[in-house]
Amino acid sequence: MTNNQLIALKRPIDQVGVEERVARFQTRSIKNEAKNQGLKMVLNMIDLTTLEGKDTEGKVRQMCYKAVHPHDALSDLPTVAAVCVYPTFVAIAKDALKGSGVKVASVATAFPSGNSSRKIKLADTKIAVDAGADEVDMVISRGEFLSGNYSFMFDEIAAIKDACGKARLKIILETGELSTLDNVRHASDIAMLAGADFIKTSTGKISPAATMPVTLVMLEAIRDHYYETGKMVGMKPAGGISKSKLALHYLVMVKETLGDAWLSNEWFRFGASSLANDVLMQLAKQADGQYQGLDYFSKD
Amino acid sequence: MAKKTETKLDFGSKWDYSAAPESASHAEIKKEYELYINGKFVKAEGGKKFASINPSTDEHIAYFAEASDKDVDKAVKAARKAYNEVWSVMPPKERAKYIFRIARLIQERAREFAVLESIDGGKPIRESRDVDVPIAANHFFYYAGWADKLEYAFPGKTAKPIGVAGQIIPWNFPLMMAAWKIAPALACGNTVVLKPAETTPLTAMKLAELIHDSGLPAGVVNIVTGAGATGAAIVNHPDVDKVAFTGSTGVGKIIQKAIAGTKKTATLELGGKAANIIFDDAPLDQAVEGIINGIFFNQGHVCCAGSRLFVQENVKDIVIKKLKDRLSTLIVGDPMDKNTDVGAINSKEQLASINKYLKIGVEEGAEIYQPNCMLPKKGNWCKPTLFLEVSQSHRIVQEEIFGPVLTVQTFRTIDEVIDKANNTPFGLSAGVWTDKGSKIFNLTTKLRAGVVWANTYNKFDPTSPFGGYKESGYGREGGLQGLAAYVKLA
Repeated sequence: MTNNQLIALKRPIDQVGVEERVARFQTRSIKNEAKNQGLKMVLNMIDLTTLEGKDTEGKVRQMCYKAVHPHDALSDLPTVAAVCVYPTFVAIAKDALKGSGVKVASVATAFPSGNSSRKIKLADTKIAVDAGADEVDMVISRGEFLSGNYSFMFDEIAAIKDACGKARLKIILETGELSTLDNVRHASDIAMLAGADFIKTSTGKISPAATMPVTLVMLEAIRDHYYETGKMVGMKPAGGISKSKLALHYLVMVKETLGDAWLSNEWFRFGASSLANDVLMQLAKQADGQYQGLDYFSKD
Repeated sequence: MAKKTETKLDFGSKWDYSAAPESASHAEIKKEYELYINGKFVKAEGGKKFASINPSTDEHIAYFAEASDKDVDKAVKAARKAYNEVWSVMPPKERAKYIFRIARLIQERAREFAVLESIDGGKPIRESRDVDVPIAANHFFYYAGWADKLEYAFPGKTAKPIGVAGQIIPWNFPLMMAAWKIAPALACGNTVVLKPAETTPLTAMKLAELIHDSGLPAGVVNIVTGAGATGAAIVNHPDVDKVAFTGSTGVGKIIQKAIAGTKKTATLELGGKAANIIFDDAPLDQAVEGIINGIFFNQGHVCCAGSRLFVQENVKDIVIKKLKDRLSTLIVGDPMDKNTDVGAINSKEQLASINKYLKIGVEEGAEIYQPNCMLPKKGNWCKPTLFLEVSQSHRIVQEEIFGPVLTVQTFRTIDEVIDKANNTPFGLSAGVWTDKGSKIFNLTTKLRAGVVWANTYNKFDPTSPFGGYKESGYGREGGLQGLAAYVKLA
């Protein structure tokens, strides 16, 4: 699409209204069976993530074991949805997760800044996909977006989408750098039109990372895209969600904005690392009535 | 771009919220409540009483004394004595201390008041907890601050109290309306005889207990329960100096006639049929949320409810689609459940009146839409309702329904929508949704309504005046302007 066509997509967002709606989701009281079911859903939607300079094969393998065996002391637990690693660790994760059903996601396109050439970004994507990544989490070029070069962003996403083949493509908007909710909405719309399978808030390297207002604006963009095209797009808030209660509020927001179809890890994910243990702690409490110390939950 | 397809979201039961009822065990309800006159709780002359019913369960709550003319006379005499001997001559900063104390006591007992308000009136606990009770406390706080600063409220003039105020309040916001009436009256040095609505007297009598506990001098606030006859006795009592009424336009007109030619002054806050206007450049998702809250807040039992939606024709389809989807996510049911969005209709009479309008709407040929929600078996319930394909000539557009019913009309130009929004006997409130500031200012100067909200709705603050044009009444409550109704200026 041309830059002018993409400019014409801009829609206003009222920040005060968004915050009020979010506050309303947070008044929902999730108790008993609903809490149990919700927590299991949250666990099953987690992309267990390690994206550090000091990542090693050993670290990745340990995390993959945790992904499949979150807490064997509790029965009937689902696995997490996926693990998320750098491209160089995709093959290792793929091997460690063989037969488990847990997906491997890889960040790509010069994560986290996205400041590199198209050629490098395509190569980066190809490395991940060739190594067997089921999902690619790409960062957008925020500088180009903020300078009004929307067609650059659109074309880049379309090119990476091509390079992904069968892998599902998640577009990281890095909303903490986009400054306004109007921008979040506009970037979401461009990403979806360019072929995103998922839109994702953040890299986790910038503060603020995911927030409920930003996620609501993106969910509403997904809803409009669905209304207009009939095509479902997934949502992944990432970074900053470490407590079960907050995760349940996100789930409430998904349920009441997009409905039942999105309440599955096919269409909704949490990008998080410490959230899993908090969810497990709550599930253990639901099962036996009391809280256990953090040392009863494995840190991998 | 892909071709437009008919798509539907599924707000089903994949993950239902478990029941989350607010506990009522801490809230004490007596079997029977008496009148609060001259600092004492007393039986009505002749011992007449009536019952209040829980509208969500049909269960009996308690008996309340029915005040006769004689009881009202006793209350007015007590108020007159307290006015002459205590309240009007007390140094204003001392008056303020009592009002502050009432505000603090309401905050301390907020949970109890919230629970009782939901039991007696059927409104969701989320609203009584987050809206009614905090606003009631805030009004007392705000007007307590004015008590010793009246000379600054009216520069160059001397503000004197009026005397005895007879105050009659409705059933939709029982505690909050009591606060709106009592707080400014007391701050200005007046004494009060207040009558709550006969279907929702519980929190007013709890407030009487609280006022009693606060140590307010006897007779400054008197609260008498009863129905229309009790209200008439207050309005017609020769020693009442001022009448403050919130309620229907019909009763407002009766009061207006009754006090014509007397020394009495009045403020009347009456009905409404507010226009809520969505332009094509509005933030649509937030606008839809505002429309929903504007009409379904408190089951639509709100005089300023945004009951007439005007949507610009070029965004009509998407707005209606979003409205319908949002309707599907509203939780209708037990007011005591913390997740309930829409509670019970306040009384059998009100439900009958709403149902009458639903029937009229259908007979007029409007397209009715209601979500698929289960309603409890007992109690008074009405599904949130949209009426589509309507015009200014439909009765459901012209008359106040006072229930969870929204009519949806389209418009094409600004001039057209201003004309239609103003084309009503009412003029209490209006809402405007657009991203363009200049359009907002253009509309706020041309819409004949006491309150115009822009990109929001149903915002209440003690500092902000509230009141109507035309058949929505006169006089203002809240803010500096709210003081003017309770003073004589010299």
